[in-house]
Amino acid sequence: MKLGLRDAGQFVTQYAIYIVLVVLIVCISVYDPSFLSVQTLHDILLQNATRAIIALGAAFVLITGGVDLSAGRVVGLTAVISASMLQIPEYARRFYPDLPQIWVGIPILLAILAGLIVGLVNGLIVSKLRVPPFIATLGTMVAVYGANSLYFDMKPNQSQPIGGLRSDFTTLGSGYIGNGGPYSVPYLVLIAIAIAALVWVIFNKTRLGKNMYAIGGNVQAAHVSGINVGRNLFWIYGIAGSLYGLAGLLEAAKTGGASNNYGNMYELDAIAACVVGGVSTSGGIGTVPGVMAGVLIFGVINYGLTFIGVSPYWQLIIKGLIIVAAVSFDIRKYLARR
Amino acid sequence: MAEPGALLEMIGISKAFPGVKALENVSLKVRAGTVHALMGENGAGKSTLMKCLFGLYSPDEGEIRMNGETVSIPNSQAALASGISMIHQELHPIPRRSVMENIWLGRFPLRSVRLGKFRALSLVDHKKMYGDTKRLFEELGMDIKPNTIVGTMSVSKIQSVEIAKAVSFNAKVIVMDEPTSSLTGNEVEHLFRIIGDLKRRGVAIIYISHKMEEILRISDDVTIMRDGRKIGTWPAEELTTDLIISRMVGRDLTSRFPERENVPGDVLLRVDGLTSPNPRSFRDVSFELRKGEILGVGGLVGAQRTELIEALFGLRAVSSGQISLHGKPVRIRRPVDAIRHKIALLTEERRATGIFPVLSVLENTVIASQRQYEKYGWLNDRKRREASERSVERLRVKTPSVKQAMMNLSGGNQQKVLLARWLLTDPDILLLDEPTRGIDVGAKYEIYTIIADLARQGKSIVMISSEMPELLGMSDRILVMREGRLTGIVEGPSATEEEIMRLAAQS
Repeated sequence: MKLGLRDAGQFVTQYAIYIVLVVLIVCISVYDPSFLSVQTLHDILLQNATRAIIALGAAFVLITGGVDLSAGRVVGLTAVISASMLQIPEYARRFYPDLPQIWVGIPILLAILAGLIVGLVNGLIVSKLRVPPFIATLGTMVAVYGANSLYFDMKPNQSQPIGGLRSDFTTLGSGYIGNGGPYSVPYLVLIAIAIAALVWVIFNKTRLGKNMYAIGGNVQAAHVSGINVGRNLFWIYGIAGSLYGLAGLLEAAKTGGASNNYGNMYELDAIAACVVGGVSTSGGIGTVPGVMAGVLIFGVINYGLTFIGVSPYWQLIIKGLIIVAAVSFDIRKYLARR
Repeated sequence: MAEPGALLEMIGISKAFPGVKALENVSLKVRAGTVHALMGENGAGKSTLMKCLFGLYSPDEGEIRMNGETVSIPNSQAALASGISMIHQELHPIPRRSVMENIWLGRFPLRSVRLGKFRALSLVDHKKMYGDTKRLFEELGMDIKPNTIVGTMSVSKIQSVEIAKAVSFNAKVIVMDEPTSSLTGNEVEHLFRIIGDLKRRGVAIIYISHKMEEILRISDDVTIMRDGRKIGTWPAEELTTDLIISRMVGRDLTSRFPERENVPGDVLLRVDGLTSPNPRSFRDVSFELRKGEILGVGGLVGAQRTELIEALFGLRAVSSGQISLHGKPVRIRRPVDAIRHKIALLTEERRATGIFPVLSVLENTVIASQRQYEKYGWLNDRKRREASERSVERLRVKTPSVKQAMMNLSGGNQQKVLLARWLLTDPDILLLDEPTRGIDVGAKYEIYTIIADLARQGKSIVMISSEMPELLGMSDRILVMREGRLTGIVEGPSATEEEIMRLAAQS
């Protein structure tokens, strides 16, 4: 009997995040059974696809024991870069009035490249200048916003929101496979799933991934074990940056526009999703399914609480409580053993 | 009942750690106004005894008396309140703060700011603090300004500050643990002058050192410890270096060692005049290591053995000297260079630089040999798992599965996992830094067996050890170092503890 209780306790600690997710869904459904529908699932997945990509990027850095504050501003940067080059020719206020109809892939690649470069710069600052990640990415976060705003303010645009995006671009954000009903699958969700699979492979099947866990687990021991810590951090921050870059252009495609304020504070949502999903801010711990569960918990809270009419201000309080509760619970897994 | 003149008495102190009896019925009497030297090999129990005195450990048995009164010392605050202070070997000041703030930390003089008749605020009284500190230094004849930033001062000056701090607590007994280990000749003289002053003020000093000439010069009484027991206390004038050494080492070999069947072959590694850029570290070290040889490295604390071996692995810089492998000079600037040259290092600090506590045993074993399991950038899980399971089995690591988190294993098993990690890199040379430190007796024997077995297979081993029996029982030859220099190389089978101790402590 006693053993059974302890087993149950261990089970709860081990799968705490997933249990919280189920409990949330059950509570909301009891309040309003119509919440349990395919449409709800469809909407939640669609709403959280880009957040998931950003959270996966943030997870890379968190697992190394660092933190990346530049995520949100990179999203804004690449949203503006991609949108600025992909407006329909007939649109009245074009960012580049004389730009011909270029292949949609070019701005997309440029946007991801911009994210990659910011990430690599973060990696350089952290590994070569030895600036703590919090400060390094705080610096790039501020500077990237400045650079993006300069670009956004160029003539003739002068800080007007960018609109009139080409349909071959916006279809990335609003297209779907299927008939458009609840059972159709949006491209965005497919892209997020593909990225999650790719990240899972990097985490679990490549040396870079194993080195990432080792660096976060004990950076000194990683160095002694022959891992080139600096070079690995450089690429890890780079990958994270590219993922934010991808998320940024998808945000532009999804909303059909962009401005320099896109992505503001998304890094905090991403970090919250990661830590609720069991990623340790002291490094070495974190899984792709965990991060996805973390993103979904916030997705369910946002959607479900609005669905049953809870005030958005109350939602913020509930989210705050969940962040603290989830982490204090998660940390017990590791504290008890000391 | 206090004996006349006994300021501090420790009576029948015993302390056990899991698997080790660190102190067994140790008694110590320290007279006021004297220097009482505490001597013994590494691990003899000196530090443990002092930690019991200072409230860092609570003894299992025994009692402590000050001036004949039993005192209870549950923590270091209580020790300070009873008049006991300790100057640690490694000083831990707060570097960016001033001398006076370091001295009065946690007990700053305060002044009240009043609003009418109410006490509104308590503020730190910097003026009083400055004055008190200045007076303290004047009393002790120290030339230090109270508002100097500690981080800008020399080690010797910082040590003086620590001593002043001890005096400011009204300490009657000051413990100094290896106080001269990082001081230059002049600084040592300065310290001895301060010690002389303290004696005149009636302070008793417990002085831990390995340096014979210092001990014979400044101490009044000498207590020698060995294997957690007290051997005896003698007036310093009755002792000589030889007498101290023979009393420190004269023991029966209690630990056993496996039979060794290794046959040293050709020279594999040559080290010529290796010198550190740090003037206090190793300099001009030359030796050869043969294939299949176990080369022990002996020395006392501060001999710079770890620094030397870490330089061979590329963890520390070298300013001059040459390392050659198979007769060819090599440059090793980072660990990855060393691994490429088939060198492995088991570090001394298992927790700080060895294990990944939150990762699994599997990840911990394969981390240094990952390229072996990789094809087209893709790691083969089956190969990784098999490699890990095979080596864990071979070294008899006790773990339910390789999925177990490393932090759940005992120290001995963690050490075996680390050995497994390095064996998977297929090294020619294994550098082992205190490979059995903090490991229980049974696991020690298993590690000895593994080492002997590796040497038999033709692997070359460099083993730093501070345990004499281990050095003598395992090594083909033994390098002895003292203060960064190689003082001698002795043949393992014929060496004696006295011989090594003489080389390690000579001056």
